[in-house]
Amino acid sequence: MDCDKSKAGQCGDCESCGRCEKAHEGETLYTMLIYSENFAGILNQITAVFTRRQVNIESLNVCASSTPGVHKYTITCYCTEEMAKMLTKQIEKKIDVLQAHYFTDADIFILEACLIKVSTPLILDNKDVSRIVRMHGARIVEVNPTYSIIEKKGMTVDILSLFQQLNDLGVVLQFVRSGRIAVTKSTTERLDKYLEERLREKC
Amino acid sequence: MKEKITGAEALMRSLEAEGVDVLFGYPGGAIMPTYDALYDHRTTLHHILVRHEQGAAHAAQGYARVSGRVGVAIATSGPGAMNTITGIADAMIDSTPLVVICGQVGAAMLGTDAFQEVDVISVTQPISKWAFQIRKAEDVAWAVSRAFYIARSGRPGPVVLDFTKNAQTGMVDYEPARVDYIRSYKPVPVPTDDVIRQAAELINQSQRPLVLVGQGVELGNAREELCRFIEKANMPAGCTMLGLSALPSGHRLNMGMLGMHGNLAPNVMTNRCDLIIAVGMRFDDRVTGNLDTYARQAKVIHFDIDPSEINKNVRADVAVVGDCKQTLVRVTELLAEQKHTEWVDGFKPYRQEEEQKVILPAIQPSEGPLLMGEIVRRVSEATHDSAIMVTDVGQNQLFGCRYFRFSQGRSIVTSGGCGTMGFGLPAAIGATFGAPERTVCLFVGDGGLQMTIQELGTIMEQGAPVKIILLNNNFLGNVRQWQYMFFNKRYSFTPMLNPDYEGICRSYGIPSRTVTERAELDEAIRQMLDTPGPFLLQCGVKEEDNVLPMTPPGANVDEMLMEIK
Ligand SMILES: Cc1ncc(C[n+]2csc(CCOP(=O)(O)OP(=O)(O)O)c2C)c(N)n1
Repeated sequence: MDCDKSKAGQCGDCESCGRCEKAHEGETLYTMLIYSENFAGILNQITAVFTRRQVNIESLNVCASSTPGVHKYTITCYCTEEMAKMLTKQIEKKIDVLQAHYFTDADIFILEACLIKVSTPLILDNKDVSRIVRMHGARIVEVNPTYSIIEKKGMTVDILSLFQQLNDLGVVLQFVRSGRIAVTKSTTERLDKYLEERLREKC
Repeated sequence: MKEKITGAEALMRSLEAEGVDVLFGYPGGAIMPTYDALYDHRTTLHHILVRHEQGAAHAAQGYARVSGRVGVAIATSGPGAMNTITGIADAMIDSTPLVVICGQVGAAMLGTDAFQEVDVISVTQPISKWAFQIRKAEDVAWAVSRAFYIARSGRPGPVVLDFTKNAQTGMVDYEPARVDYIRSYKPVPVPTDDVIRQAAELINQSQRPLVLVGQGVELGNAREELCRFIEKANMPAGCTMLGLSALPSGHRLNMGMLGMHGNLAPNVMTNRCDLIIAVGMRFDDRVTGNLDTYARQAKVIHFDIDPSEINKNVRADVAVVGDCKQTLVRVTELLAEQKHTEWVDGFKPYRQEEEQKVILPAIQPSEGPLLMGEIVRRVSEATHDSAIMVTDVGQNQLFGCRYFRFSQGRSIVTSGGCGTMGFGLPAAIGATFGAPERTVCLFVGDGGLQMTIQELGTIMEQGAPVKIILLNNNFLGNVRQWQYMFFNKRYSFTPMLNPDYEGICRSYGIPSRTVTERAELDEAIRQMLDTPGPFLLQCGVKEEDNVLPMTPPGANVDEMLMEIK
């Protein structure tokens, strides 16, 4: 089946959302972990690197890191390893970026989450809903007469599978999926090492 | 030792602390407090009033390129800042250290579409090394010092300081700042001994090494280190356009210019060598031609200070990432002395072929109208190959680069990566301030001159001794050449009606002369050089001349056209 990008993330067999072999032939889903100083405007500079090299950002998460004053960006994209190297080098070149590295799914622990708002009357009518929710290990976090909210943490495939099955039943009102967050499996903390090294070099 | 002063005054003191002596600028509403402070510092901070802010940026570039110091341009907010954009982008791609200071509306009005408000930071971020908005007077000293540190360190580049009006007028307990360390920025990586050894080994094993010399050698002040490096193993070298004066033109191992309109021998030999040693160059497409066939037979060593250049266009077997002033020396120590006689001699037939087919007809024509090539060579000779050559963009630039000869470093100022027409005249003005003791010759076309012709006013006012050689062919020549070669000779809007340039010079009080006869050329050049101050020499040249040889765009580097059929 050909990729129908207009149905991004919803066509089942072919998802431009993240796992489509056809749309990303020869490419891998890389997760980039980027650390920067907490200055305004850095996100712009980082995303501009992707735009210039014509790589689409699949998901993006920005938050303060465990190091005070340092921000962490988790960005996923499909590209070749060559491109991933190039992108991280060009990002790291930005003055206020501390580090940029790319990882495959095997190198990191990953978490994504979603919220699905469904119609309460419709799910009460449909026995499959609670089966699907349990099968996916999702939680129902709100129920009122009008709508209910389902929450799920996990990997992209599982989240999309839950959404698709519910959507096929016609009960979904809203769907939102978070950006990916990830930590490395490595036993050394590269950022800490870098900061220590820089501190030594300063002295 | 604190003292309460305005942010604008703090800027002046910070600029003085950075050793700034010249700034190129143009005032306006949002930068007026700064100009008011400048008035008190006008003897130490020599301000050159340009006629358009693009001129300020290019002049600062010319100043920086010949002096190795940071060029400074200053403009007002909105339109003033926008007029500097071309120069910022040009400085970015050509690695020129620049600090551009522009006014901005008061911080309280930011984002309200206030009068002359433009989001300068967002516009300049992708085309600058760093862009920062100074929103309070307290930040001035730190931001200025950081700006200069970033502009000049590592791979140099332009920095933009967007200076809000309230930060200019606000009071601050001024304390000088000195930024020479930024935690997230490592300007000069240092390669391991292992990498140095690998590079030396590859060179020692090589039978047919070819060195590609880029502007990085000049930026790293490593001309002598480069000479010792190539001489020890007797390795032939080619120069990129911006690297032309990094190796004396007359050096026996200098095989000429690389790239699209470069010399035949180094281009052909690129696809025959067994080792490419690139030093401070970035494998631009104008140098490589078709990448798929570029030096496929060769191993590659890439010396560069910028890690993001490695493997960008050409895959490196060994990447020596660092300051070439150090890395070249480290590798040279490990080199075996070599002769490579046969390999070096192999360049000769190609040099001779080019000499006969292209060079002699270009620089020693016996009849017909004047040619750009011969004019360039005569000017070069008349200045004993020791002048600074500034060019605009187009055929004037390509002939300039092909036929001017260089004996000293930092002698070529041209817009390489951007190819910015209108660059030449203001850049030449800047060069006269950056190297006041040297002769500055500008080669410019009739198209490019008119893009920034108002800077004749700056030349007039400053008496800037620019020797302007206007190569007038009544065409946008370079585009016409492409139309001739690739668009069926359809001269779509490239013929151009020209004004009376001598009349214009008279209005500006700039001495000028027009020459069309070969017999008068040397004498006219003499007059230009002997006349103190500025001079415009208009040369009426062959209208439809073509720059040869040429590697057509996308063709293989060794497939140069020696003639156009
Ligand atoms: C700002 C800008 N606009 C357009 C061009 C495209 N361009 C490149 S060379 C050229 C012709 C230049 O003509 P002229 O200045 O007369 O110089 P010549 O080639 O005749 O020496 C043009 C239009 C450019 N490089 N820069």
